[in-house]
Amino acid sequence: MGNKADVWQGTLALMVLKTLESLGPLHGYGIARRIEQTSGNLLSLNYGTLYPALLKLEQEGSIASEWGLSENNRKAKFYKLTRAGRKQLQREARDWAQANAILARFLAPNEDPA
Amino acid sequence: MKTLRAWMMRLGGLFSNERRETEMAEEIQSLLEMHIAENLRAGMTPVQARREALLKLGGVEPFKEAYRDRSTVPLLEHLMLDLRFTARQLRRTPAFAATVMLVLALGMCANVAIFAFVDAALIKPLPYPDPTRLMAVSEASGPFPRANLSYLDYQDWKQFNTAFRSLDVYSGGGFLFSTPTAVEPTEAGRVSAGFLRTLGVTPLLGRDFSAIEEAPGGPHVVMLSYRTWQQRFGGRSDVVGQGVTLSGEAYTVIGVLRADFHFAPLGAAEFWTTIDQKGSCEIRRSCHNLDGVARLKDGVTILNALANLAAVARQLEQQFPDSNRERGASVIPLTEEISGNFRPILMVLMGGAGLLLLIASVNVASLVLARSEGRRREMAVRSAMGASLARLWSQFVTEGLVLALAASALGLLLANWGMQALKGLIPADMISSMPFLLDLGFNWRVLAYAGAVAAVSVVLLSVTPAVHLAMSRTRDGLMEGSRGSAGNAWRRLGSRLVVVELAIAMVLLVGAGLLGKSLYRLLHVELGFRADHLATIEVAAPNVRYQKNEQRIALGREIVRTVESLPGVQSAALTSLEPVSYNGNTDWIRFVEKPYDGKHIEVNERDVSSGFFQTIGAKLVRGRYFTDDEDDSKPKVVIINQTLANKYFPGEEPIGRQIGDTTLSSKSIKTIIGVIEDFKDGALDSEVWPAEYHPFNQDPDTYFVLMARTSQKPEAVLPELGAAIHRLHPEVGSSGEATMEGRINNSMTAYLHRSSAWLVGTFAATALLLGVVGLYGVIAYSVSQRTREIGVRMALGAAHGSVYRLILKEAGWLASLGIGLGAAGSVGAATLARKLLFGVSSWDVETLFAVAVTLGIAAVVASFVPARRAASVNPVEALRAE
Repeated sequence: MGNKADVWQGTLALMVLKTLESLGPLHGYGIARRIEQTSGNLLSLNYGTLYPALLKLEQEGSIASEWGLSENNRKAKFYKLTRAGRKQLQREARDWAQANAILARFLAPNEDPA
Repeated sequence: MKTLRAWMMRLGGLFSNERRETEMAEEIQSLLEMHIAENLRAGMTPVQARREALLKLGGVEPFKEAYRDRSTVPLLEHLMLDLRFTARQLRRTPAFAATVMLVLALGMCANVAIFAFVDAALIKPLPYPDPTRLMAVSEASGPFPRANLSYLDYQDWKQFNTAFRSLDVYSGGGFLFSTPTAVEPTEAGRVSAGFLRTLGVTPLLGRDFSAIEEAPGGPHVVMLSYRTWQQRFGGRSDVVGQGVTLSGEAYTVIGVLRADFHFAPLGAAEFWTTIDQKGSCEIRRSCHNLDGVARLKDGVTILNALANLAAVARQLEQQFPDSNRERGASVIPLTEEISGNFRPILMVLMGGAGLLLLIASVNVASLVLARSEGRRREMAVRSAMGASLARLWSQFVTEGLVLALAASALGLLLANWGMQALKGLIPADMISSMPFLLDLGFNWRVLAYAGAVAAVSVVLLSVTPAVHLAMSRTRDGLMEGSRGSAGNAWRRLGSRLVVVELAIAMVLLVGAGLLGKSLYRLLHVELGFRADHLATIEVAAPNVRYQKNEQRIALGREIVRTVESLPGVQSAALTSLEPVSYNGNTDWIRFVEKPYDGKHIEVNERDVSSGFFQTIGAKLVRGRYFTDDEDDSKPKVVIINQTLANKYFPGEEPIGRQIGDTTLSSKSIKTIIGVIEDFKDGALDSEVWPAEYHPFNQDPDTYFVLMARTSQKPEAVLPELGAAIHRLHPEVGSSGEATMEGRINNSMTAYLHRSSAWLVGTFAATALLLGVVGLYGVIAYSVSQRTREIGVRMALGAAHGSVYRLILKEAGWLASLGIGLGAAGSVGAATLARKLLFGVSSWDVETLFAVAVTLGIAAVVASFVPARRAASVNPVEALRAE
């Protein structure tokens, strides 16, 4: 349990957006569970980190929130992706993939036959 | 864009506080519930489930803190909290807030108001292009470091100097201007043709003077001041080219000057015309009636210019030894000529205001220290609750800012009122010679100065307690009985501050005392004549109508006779220049039958009618007065004053001796017929110069001052004087009717002394109040700290008297230290300001002693109240209180 990695700086917003895109409107608890599951329980997400990030995304207009009822009939705040959020997701996903590819080429074993 | 939106939301978050808190609580609630439910499903016990959920949350309060920080702008939110807390604090201690604000505002008001005058007179550049290159140029001789130029000298200077791009001259003059109801004497300026071009000024309408108009026999042209154009010519634009009659002669208006044009030496001039090259004075090299203004060439310094003109003057001295002997040159910046006179008084006032600000600051600093001492426990508690030092500091800074800004705003309001009030106190005819005061008010320099003062008060109000906080360990504040050591430390600091306050108050009080004494001495200076029951009026007749001496003599006789027939007038007489005006209008004389080394003997010269000395009440020492029939047909006679007699006829009989001009030309020879006791020709604070008085009838003029001795109050006669003269000769103008005492009281000398005495007096009274309040505060605090000690002493049998002694001794020690330091400081300050003192030395023992006694008594009174409280301490209660 103590060996789980913390979420890297800057990637949390992207994970939240992707989660909301694939699952639709979701409450904070669900987002946290989903991110942890998707990571294969390798990531540990502290609520004290997640909620300010949600607030930031909401202030920036990438997500919106409204009160609703959870699957167990509990009152909960549901977050959903806005149009601006969808665009941001596409852009950041593309950037991330690109950055990833570049880094991968650096780290990959040297395949170039001399 | 995105970031901007987020910031707006966060700024908005500063306000929707309550809803956010409930939403946050609800969200935490639902989050925890979901997590606990999940944990229960996974088979945990309820206690385990809850614990795990809270762990995941990372603690409710830190979670909330992180959430809040993101919802708003923490720095701003803290500031708003601090502001709200400050407002509460200040409302809880209104006396403290009001005192600090009032004291600081007073200091600010005095400083900014005085600085506005300093700025207007000494800092603000003159309203001409490139004003620093403008110089005031004049001759220099013997008693006059700045002597007038003669027209012929000016022409040579202009031709031979190599230092100036242009050199021009001006002099005052007057015209009689006829209105439908009266003939009004108006002031005029006479200038050389290039005068305005040298200043760099162009007329609003029409054109400037041209060289032809300065040449002899050139056309008579005149330019109008803006005010004259508006008031006398209705502001009509067709005025240019029109004719106007001035002193009975025809002039053509060629231009109108701009509204914002002013030239202080000719501040009241309504009409501007060219110099009359064929005037009786202008044709003589020895007649000096002009002042010069010049623009330096690029790269030439004042010293270069002075050396250059001095060389020219030396050349002229060799060429014309009779008229130009020892006539040197003087070059000073034009600003110096215009406002240099005001520098000493303004510096003294600025110094006084600065001291007042210092004492106000010290007072406020000790108030703030006392208050932060009282808040040690509050700070300790806040710090124990987790407030960082920075957070505590920010609280002090906020409080300081709020107080200082409020005080500054109040101070600026007061200053605005104060400077206009001070300006309003300047006599009207004096303000025309200070046109630089016209737009007195706030400009960027005054505001910058006010900002600096405000910054000082911010530092004072916020840094003082912060330093106090940093120096004392906050932890101590929580400890019981900790007041002992810290209280002592503060008492020492407070005592030092109060000594400073008392010393400053002493300096200001001594300054006020010395200035007050100077004013008294000045107004009671021996005049040598009776200034009471004397009415005066200036009379000017048009030269064209009164060209012959007989006409002028007849006019003078008629006017004297008419005025003497007025009810309430005992006698009347004429003089070319009224007493207590200035030393000047001099004559170079030489004594017949005495060796002469060619050095100029310069004496005041006045032309007076036969009844003059009797009318003003000057005493004849020997010989006789003039008679009314002594005119050109009789031998020339002269009356000299005692100073001239003592200086040039020591131990000799002056009566019957003869005086002539420097060459003893036959028509200049006059016989001394009388010696008059010295009276003040010059300003109140000036020495009596040697003087000669000629019979008006042997040198009559169309301008003179009429003096009337009245049996009733002279004010009652004033309106009648002008009216009687006008009835007699409608073409003769009169102006400036005033009583002799009024003239003396309103003279520039008296005004400067009076205003400095009153202002410094006000500063001193405020300083005394502040100093005494400061002393009271320190002693009262000391008593409150020593309540237990006093209780113990009394329980052990100390008498009331010894408790009084204990407290009064402490106060007495502080007061003596303050008075001692203050005495040393005041002698130093008075020495710096000795230019403003008259008839008192800078270490006037009487004043020093009186001020020391005053301060001592005030100190005793201030400490008596806390001493009585100390003596009335109930030992039982005092011991129980701790």
